[in-house]
Amino acid sequence: MTASVELRGVSMDFDKYRAVDNVDVKIKPGEFFSFLGPSGCGKTTILRMVSGFIEPTMGEVLIGDQDMKGQGPNKRPTAMIFQNLALFPLMRVWENISFGLEVRGATKAERRAKAEELLQLVELPGVGDRFPSQLSGGQRQRVAIARALAVEPKVMLLDEPLSALDLKLRQHMRAELRAIQKRTNVTFIYITHDQGEALAMSDRVAVMSRGKIQQIDVPQMIYNNPANGFVASFVGENNIFAGTLSAAAKGTGKFKTPVGEFKVRLGQGVSTAVKCHMHVRPEHIGLVGKPRAGQNAIKARVDDVSFEGNFAIVHLRDASGKKLIAEVRNDVTAPPPEQGSTTYITFEPDKALVLLDSDAVAYGEKELE
Amino acid sequence: MNAMVRRYGTGLTGLSIVLTAFWLLLLVVFPYFGLFENSFRPYLPVVDVGGPLDTYSVNNYLTFFTSPIHIKVFLTTIAYSCLVTVLALLIAYPLSYYMAKVISPASLPTVFLMLLIPLWVSEILRAFAWFIILALKGPLTITLQALGIITEPIHWMWGLGGYSGVIIGLIYTYILFMLFPLYNAMSSLDSNQIEAAEDLGAKWWQTHWRVIIPHSKPGIASGCVTVFMLSAGSVIVPTLLQSPRSRWFTEVIQQWMFESQDWQTGAAYAFLLLLICTVFVTLMMKFFRVSLADIAK
Repeated sequence: MTASVELRGVSMDFDKYRAVDNVDVKIKPGEFFSFLGPSGCGKTTILRMVSGFIEPTMGEVLIGDQDMKGQGPNKRPTAMIFQNLALFPLMRVWENISFGLEVRGATKAERRAKAEELLQLVELPGVGDRFPSQLSGGQRQRVAIARALAVEPKVMLLDEPLSALDLKLRQHMRAELRAIQKRTNVTFIYITHDQGEALAMSDRVAVMSRGKIQQIDVPQMIYNNPANGFVASFVGENNIFAGTLSAAAKGTGKFKTPVGEFKVRLGQGVSTAVKCHMHVRPEHIGLVGKPRAGQNAIKARVDDVSFEGNFAIVHLRDASGKKLIAEVRNDVTAPPPEQGSTTYITFEPDKALVLLDSDAVAYGEKELE
Repeated sequence: MNAMVRRYGTGLTGLSIVLTAFWLLLLVVFPYFGLFENSFRPYLPVVDVGGPLDTYSVNNYLTFFTSPIHIKVFLTTIAYSCLVTVLALLIAYPLSYYMAKVISPASLPTVFLMLLIPLWVSEILRAFAWFIILALKGPLTITLQALGIITEPIHWMWGLGGYSGVIIGLIYTYILFMLFPLYNAMSSLDSNQIEAAEDLGAKWWQTHWRVIIPHSKPGIASGCVTVFMLSAGSVIVPTLLQSPRSRWFTEVIQQWMFESQDWQTGAAYAFLLLLICTVFVTLMMKFFRVSLADIAK
């Protein structure tokens, strides 16, 4: 069972603060959809509006093309997985899982059978008689998923459920969640501030900031073709250059900065008339002793090199004193330049993205978390 | 002990031990022990005290078991104390839920203040206030008559077998001892659990029955024990708000001690009350599967 979820012109005000601002999104049945954004961007509010804990101030929430107005959380075909999981500590694992059936009046035998079936599904057989406190973090996670699946929801809502796990387990659970979603074909709406999670698991991602959706797209497009400066700097690292667009034609142009003029690719809505910045990702930067004529290049001094194993991060500083970062593959035949040496950073024109400044957010919001 | 000396020095450690010992021995153990010892002695004229007639026996305790009226008063006291406890729980439960989970934390101090101010007034005055309110031609009767709801005055304190005044008074006096443990227990419940239950399809009463009440059980138990014990041991409220048909066991004890001047039998009755109430509470806790450790939490 699965259903689409649609938000039409949804806004949510708390006193005078607008947490969600005129959001329109249509999530397809069976889709794994993520809302990605910094804390306070309104993503949790969206989830609570879909689940029915709060009603939007304006706009409509539709699940399977039905308006959900006035329907409480216990009436909606959704199930939520809370950030802290909210398992019932005084109930055994099987009672936790079958709670949704218990309140619908199922017999004990039915409930027990369903709980065991779901424990199989989440690959956790034989723990039914334990209490949640006797399980590990990852096991509790699976129990929470099983409990939500027990009510056979059409839409599953997940509020950063992996944030309490350690890194290894988190990466494992990502794959697990994705697999469960594919197996059950339930629509998953996933909330996270972790870009890695959102990109790795989702069919589509909505990047949010200050209550507004900045971009909705597949993960590859979000990363490679961010809609604006906020999306680019929130999803992944960037070297950001201030300057002005000096020429623009057919999606390419020239960008003039204090350290030179570069051939660039233009992002959505960019023209000479608007405020914009140039973005170059660290992994798109090459380091050469002498650039070719006409190549995008900036002379820089190496401040520091940190070796990370499969790659190295090179911290540099250009003539104006601006800090730059480059990420280079670990290659014994071509080691990164040494600390204190002078080199050139180069980048291809189609990797130098000129993006619209986002009005929703100042640069560096990511650091504020 | 050593850790305490290292932390606070000999002076402060010594002082706190002496004060605790003073409180425990002189104000608790000594008087109780005196009364306990007394309860096994016969009631004698002053000249015979310490004489050959002054020997230990359980006669004072047997007095209780051979007087059907006193047994009946005792059982009535237990029964009505249970009723007070249940009613106090029914009133305090929604109120504490409202305080712990519904209202905004900003308005909580106001609510607490409103609840606590009546507690600053002495128990006698509070009971007396109810005596006035419930009087035959008191404010309650007058108001209801003025509103045309009743025509003839009502004996408010004569209902429920003659105990309605006592019950109202006891609930009012001890309700906060029910409310605060309940509030404490409920405010420690993660609100996500309530939402999770609701999200899984539970109706409001199912959420209470399966999630909130089990979590609050220690608070409920501690509140019930306190209210029950205080009610069964209360003197002032049952005396002031009595009706011609009501009699509380503490009044019997008081009569032995202050009207008959028989402190020995009075002491025996007091210990019987303490003992039987303790046994009763222990049995109830067993029945509801609550341990003392839960309550202490």
